[in-house]
Amino acid sequence: MISRVELFPGRYHDSVRLMQASRALQDVPGIDDALVAMATELNLSLLEDMAFDMAAVAGAGTNDLLLALRGEGEEAITLAHQVLEDALSHKAAPSGGLDAPDPKTVGTAADAGEANIVLLSVPGEHAFVEAMEALHTGRHVMIFSDNVPVEQELLLKQFGADHDLLVMGPDCGTAVVNGLGLGFANAVPPGPVGIVGASGTGIQQMLCLLDDAGVGVRHALGTGSHDLSEDIGAISTLQGLAALDADPSVDVISVISKPPALPVAARVRAAAAECIKPVVITFMGETTLEEGAGEVLAKLGKPSVRYASWEVSQDDHRGGTVRGLFSGGTLRDEAHFVAMPLLGDIGKREGDSGHTFIDYGDDEYTQGRAHPMIDQTVRIERLAAAAADPSIGVILMDVVLGFGSNADPAAELAPVIEEAISAGSAVVVSLCGTRGDPQNRDAQASALHAAGASVWLSNAAAAMEAARLATTRTAV
Amino acid sequence: MTDLSPLLDNDPVVATAGTDMLADSIEQQGSTVFRADWQPPHPDTAAALARLATDGRMAEANAAAVDRLLAVRPHLVDVRIARDVFAGMSERTLFHAGPPIEWERASGPMRGAIIGAMLYEGLASDPDDATARAARGEIELSPCHHHGAVGPMAGVTSPSMPVAVIEDGAGSGVSYSTLNEGLGKVLRYGAFAPEVIERLQWMDRVLGPVLGAALRSRGPVDLQSLIAQALQMGDDGHNRNRAVTSLFLREIGAALVEGADAPVDQRLEVFKFVDGNDHFMLNLVMAAGKLGSDAAAGVTASSLVTVMARNGTDFGVRLSGTGDEWFTAPAPPVAGLYLGAFTEEDASPDIGDSTITETVGLGGFAMAAAPAIVGFVGGTAAGAVRRTLAMYEITLAEHPSYQIPMLEFRGTPTGIDAGRVVRTGVLPQINTGVAGKVPGTGMVGAGLVEAPIECFVDGINALAASVNKS
Repeated sequence: MISRVELFPGRYHDSVRLMQASRALQDVPGIDDALVAMATELNLSLLEDMAFDMAAVAGAGTNDLLLALRGEGEEAITLAHQVLEDALSHKAAPSGGLDAPDPKTVGTAADAGEANIVLLSVPGEHAFVEAMEALHTGRHVMIFSDNVPVEQELLLKQFGADHDLLVMGPDCGTAVVNGLGLGFANAVPPGPVGIVGASGTGIQQMLCLLDDAGVGVRHALGTGSHDLSEDIGAISTLQGLAALDADPSVDVISVISKPPALPVAARVRAAAAECIKPVVITFMGETTLEEGAGEVLAKLGKPSVRYASWEVSQDDHRGGTVRGLFSGGTLRDEAHFVAMPLLGDIGKREGDSGHTFIDYGDDEYTQGRAHPMIDQTVRIERLAAAAADPSIGVILMDVVLGFGSNADPAAELAPVIEEAISAGSAVVVSLCGTRGDPQNRDAQASALHAAGASVWLSNAAAAMEAARLATTRTAV
Repeated sequence: MTDLSPLLDNDPVVATAGTDMLADSIEQQGSTVFRADWQPPHPDTAAALARLATDGRMAEANAAAVDRLLAVRPHLVDVRIARDVFAGMSERTLFHAGPPIEWERASGPMRGAIIGAMLYEGLASDPDDATARAARGEIELSPCHHHGAVGPMAGVTSPSMPVAVIEDGAGSGVSYSTLNEGLGKVLRYGAFAPEVIERLQWMDRVLGPVLGAALRSRGPVDLQSLIAQALQMGDDGHNRNRAVTSLFLREIGAALVEGADAPVDQRLEVFKFVDGNDHFMLNLVMAAGKLGSDAAAGVTASSLVTVMARNGTDFGVRLSGTGDEWFTAPAPPVAGLYLGAFTEEDASPDIGDSTITETVGLGGFAMAAAPAIVGFVGGTAAGAVRRTLAMYEITLAEHPSYQIPMLEFRGTPTGIDAGRVVRTGVLPQINTGVAGKVPGTGMVGAGLVEAPIECFVDGINALAASVNKS
């Protein structure tokens, strides 16, 4: 065992660098104790505590570097010197940039971009805190998330209304703001129509029908599916209606909702009557979106149109009930409304008997899965099951295109549709898309049509066709 | 009537939290989107956060609290004797760092400092006697923070010690701290050898009176101005105080020469003592912070962190909206570099009131200003910048005076929001010294530590309970 104390006068290194160097020295094989430090009083006392010979450092001052080593032999001491030189001349490799870490809250993200809209799809139980923060910092909010307690929705919407901020949602699937689609939205050119809607696929259907008629949409303000409930009292719908009425780029306003609470519906009608601009109200259960779109066209002074369809005769299907496999809640409800006069009772859930229209976008069927507009696995499986069920004659399904949806739904569906048709089923598709959608509406329609399905842009028309097929076959 | 024209007339700019699919589809349309890397809040806080958001007062309360924190103008005005400034301080009272602690649970360095202070005050004849007396409860222990004071490491403040007096030039607050003894074997690190006691005696006999006289003759020293300059000279205000100490000597130099009514050799001793101690100003930076944090205390519904402090056993946090209540968790170990032959084995858990610096936007929060000490993290200068940048996520303001050149003179992240801590899981980053765990050892290293999340979780739940009542 040998020990060595050396002094390097005037060689300054900062204390942190020296502590790192000391640590490196302690790791040198064969070195038991090491200290490299400026010769301050403190460090000299450390040296003494470590039982080194103090003679070598007599008269040392704070600007002198001291090195003390105790090790097995000269070899270890020499190695330690090399390690020390490396440690003290250490040049760090160029490090990464000085970028801020990723924002952890949507408030920070919004600050970074000076965003004016915050779009939340966090689990519903956490949406309120994030949304409230966004509102407190002056942002409009779209809450895609569902399962937000109604009292929280009410607080958010009241706060928004008091502060000139729009709360779209909770459970708001679709919006278009100045041409930018948020959530599930179809590509539409800007135009004279403004939509305020308490229904995601209701808005999408309206966008697609108007687009097919050559009419663009400036804004489509989603309000969330609960807005016209008695609890909420249409706070966002009334805000949106007034804003669209005041917007000089909008000529005609379309209001869409799932079946509203009656007193709330009356309030919305009263507000619509006060508007300067024509307002077309389309409440599910009263009129269809096709009828609503027709009224909008009429208010614009445009002729009515026959919406695109890619029809095929399926009158020779095997007969049986209609099975509706939907991804859009409003599309399902509208189909129910349209088909009921012909079909009578229609079930809502798997396991219901007779004609059954199911919304696979409902929580009940999306546990742990992406929305069926994205992930078609469940619907494809049910489509095959319906084809194998001899009691079912007609399969009615929606295919919703647009931003956020499956990139090529027809490619996944076509082979299963072909099999269903060869098994004797009739297949009717309600295709919700615009020509500008990234999936290419007409190509999707052609692929589905080539597989043997009857394809309709109007959901109401598709539902009517499905009902007709079922009833005419039964009648024969 | 609501006016939504700003929404409808302008091109939307969207920030998102949640599924990437929605953000992707905005980008697909050629628009820029600002994504949050969102994570659920700490599971024990979801209900409390919702309650606070429902109450709705927190945002305004936090803005008010952080405004108060930023409005103080800490002026060093005097040095006096502890027993003269602290009402009700008995001859057997010792103030200490961190949340309340009793001898039985006190850490090694805390016990060492208590022993040292008892020897210094003549309350015990030797260390064994001091230990026995302390264990019998002859000493009244009370946190510095309960008396407008702060102390680094063990923070032990006894009646005869000189304390710096910091007054608010813009208000009526006052705060106090002991004077810094230097590094190595010193009381605050738990050392109590004869040299430690002798130094303390010199401090009350020479340092305190000479400095006090110099200050009274020249008038107040504007600490905020010194700290602001020092951040631009490589200090963080916690682990590096070399620049601010140098600046202080320039401020006080002339008054030491002509204003202090003391023999020239004493004035020279004081000059050399301050000059030879890179951390001389630490205690005063801390007291400046305490002035701001006390000003920010007591705002109903505010989740602003007014105190983070450790006693070597517990890490404690106080919030503006929860009054005097402490939220504590076990003090964590410090990851760092060790002096000489010391290792992690020799280290006491985190200790000291010096985290008041991080509470007011200094220390770990100003790490980007102090590249010279990034080695404590085994890190790089860029890493130091990232460390500071991460703190903006959990703070309420950017300090108008404390600026970081590297960040284009952006103000330091100031005013920790306990709500954002539990929502993001981003923990306050603390630069600190490390004390030896055996009483009497002294300093063994320095490094970095993160505040424990439990303190903030408990704080947020208590705050939610308090708004429910009010």
